[in-house]
Amino acid sequence: MSDFLYFFTFQDSSIAFVVIGITLLGIGSAYVGTYSFLDKKALLGDAISHAVLPGICLGFMLAGEKNPIYIVTGAFLSGALATFLTSWLKSNTRLSDDAIIASILSIFFGFGVVLLTVIQKSGNPEMAGLNQFIFGNAIAILEEDLYIYGGLAILIIITLTAFRKEFSMLVFNADFGKSIGYPMGAIRLVFNVLMILAVVIGIQAIGVVLMAALLIAPGAAARFWTDKLGKLLLIAGAFSAVSGILGTYVSFVIPQMPTGPWVVVFLSLFAFASFLFAPKKGVLSRFIARKYYLKKTHQDHLLKLIYHGLESGKNSFPIEEIYESFPYRKRQTKHTIDELLKTDLLTLNQGLIDFTSKGKSEAKRIVRLHRLWELYLNEYMNIAPDHVHDSAEKLEHILTPELEALLENRLNYPKLDPHQEAIPRDNDEL
Amino acid sequence: MSFDQNAFLIIFTASLISISCGLLGVFMMLRKMSMTGDAISHAVLPGIVIGFFVSGSQRGLEVIIGAGILGILATLIIDWLKNKAKVQLDASIGITFTLLFAIGIILINMLAYKVDLDQECVLYGEIAYLPIDLWITDAGFSMGPRITYLAVLNLVLVSVFIFLLYKELNLTSFDENFGLVIGLPAGAINLALMSMVSYTTVSSFEAVGAILVVALLVVPPATAFLWTKKLTSLIKLTCALGIFIAITGYYMAYLVDSSIAGMMVAVGGIVFLGSAFVKSIKPNWIFGTSTSIKPLEN
Repeated sequence: MSDFLYFFTFQDSSIAFVVIGITLLGIGSAYVGTYSFLDKKALLGDAISHAVLPGICLGFMLAGEKNPIYIVTGAFLSGALATFLTSWLKSNTRLSDDAIIASILSIFFGFGVVLLTVIQKSGNPEMAGLNQFIFGNAIAILEEDLYIYGGLAILIIITLTAFRKEFSMLVFNADFGKSIGYPMGAIRLVFNVLMILAVVIGIQAIGVVLMAALLIAPGAAARFWTDKLGKLLLIAGAFSAVSGILGTYVSFVIPQMPTGPWVVVFLSLFAFASFLFAPKKGVLSRFIARKYYLKKTHQDHLLKLIYHGLESGKNSFPIEEIYESFPYRKRQTKHTIDELLKTDLLTLNQGLIDFTSKGKSEAKRIVRLHRLWELYLNEYMNIAPDHVHDSAEKLEHILTPELEALLENRLNYPKLDPHQEAIPRDNDEL
Repeated sequence: MSFDQNAFLIIFTASLISISCGLLGVFMMLRKMSMTGDAISHAVLPGIVIGFFVSGSQRGLEVIIGAGILGILATLIIDWLKNKAKVQLDASIGITFTLLFAIGIILINMLAYKVDLDQECVLYGEIAYLPIDLWITDAGFSMGPRITYLAVLNLVLVSVFIFLLYKELNLTSFDENFGLVIGLPAGAINLALMSMVSYTTVSSFEAVGAILVVALLVVPPATAFLWTKKLTSLIKLTCALGIFIAITGYYMAYLVDSSIAGMMVAVGGIVFLGSAFVKSIKPNWIFGTSTSIKPLEN
């Protein structure tokens, strides 16, 4: 607990720096990552993040120490080379995207490992600092590092915000942008530069292997909460920053623990929670919505069945007959009848089912929608009367009162449907 | 140069590993699942660590079982995210493998004092220690390097797998729907292929590391794909490249005193990029205009 207070009250100014740094670079990476996620190029970020390793090693070899300027430059250049090679291979070979990305990723990483072992065997004492780039160590962010990494992160955030229109055009409809005269090639180039920069600054905290998570997970998670780009970026940034701070906290409490894996675990928690529980798009709410819809359609069909019975001259409806009309679904049917009895749409009297007045008007509404739609298809779409039933069977559950009014108006309040059956209105007698 | 038994063993084992990986990689590439292979090779890490912890040694069957389970689990999570949660495929892959790999690294750090397994070994492997890591029988008789036996066993299993399922793999790789129509269990074949990839990853990770396995899975088939349009010659060329990479990689690493596995990948990368470059500048009049026909693409 005292660790917790010590960490989050920022008594130690170096912790404040670390938290500021990780927040900035988390938000920067999440912004870039969200765009590349929308562009369906999420794994390019993975390739770039593995590909910066040889650059880092070369920068280290040239500087002879962990100099942030050399390392950032080296990482940027090798990231840029990897990006260039990826698009060059795509336009010059028959290889599929995933094979190209996987090849570039592993080849660059292989080179990186060669250089890393060369440095290791040279016995440079600064070597220990280099391992941090594999799995990240946010605690090691020093004040002078912060100016470079934080500055770049702010640059990324500002550029993406200022040119939001251009970048959204790039990811949503590049051809349209080109046709109205925007330089899409240049915009793509700037975007790739930003992406490489985001990776270069992110590896300090997350490491090259797991950097992909910081690019992909926030956008993918946020996508489940909203359809608006502005909100999407904000939510993604928040997920990323919070996970970054939590991950840093864990590696602060347990010193031998690298930051990267914990940031990824927290990010994935957010992501999976979003996939499961997000309203509307989450797995759970889609499951519930589906269940509800199936229940509603069964209720509608049941009411319609009873209505048809009454229409054909029956006075009452034995419950057994309803069961027989839905073969193999007795349990569900019984459940639905119970539900309808509870909501006061049906009455059950000695095994005979009858409508309440509320139930009758609901049944009329469904039958009316069904027949109105049949008539509409027949009159306006010129579909033969014997082909309209299936479509109406689906549409009767989802036509809204507004659409109903429109249909009535358009069809001029018809009396009969294409099968010469009456279209029931609320005050009609049955 | 005199015959160096250690060099021979290392090159021999490395060739076996790269042939096994290449054989599976060909089918992964044709199915456009190279990145899934990447994901699996990262995702088996927690399985390896847990198996390591349970069995107390890297020789245990538990390690292979653990990794196999995690490999299949990763495939299932990716499928679930894509089909049920409606996350786009690239993001599903990215999220799944980073999470599992992160869990693996955390486990290694938490169990660091209990298991003889460190991050570097997992990442890069060390094939150079192969000649001193001997398989010693209970009677105290040395049978030779343990990893070489693993590699032989792996290659045999992979070859048998591909030999038995050649027709099915071939068909489902090129036209999955046709395979389904004529009654092939495409899902099961896919899962079997993924299991083989996980198994190969585990049995190779000690020698070449979890990430460089990906390179061996992807780079030789991709290079061969640039040169040929027939499946059989694709497979042969991939095997030949695997052997070439192993030999050249070893001597290059010897020259600059560096990681053998890393150097193998670097050599593979140079061959790959060189091939792509040569193929792209080669004028059409040498081979006519055949470049416009792309029979291997769907």
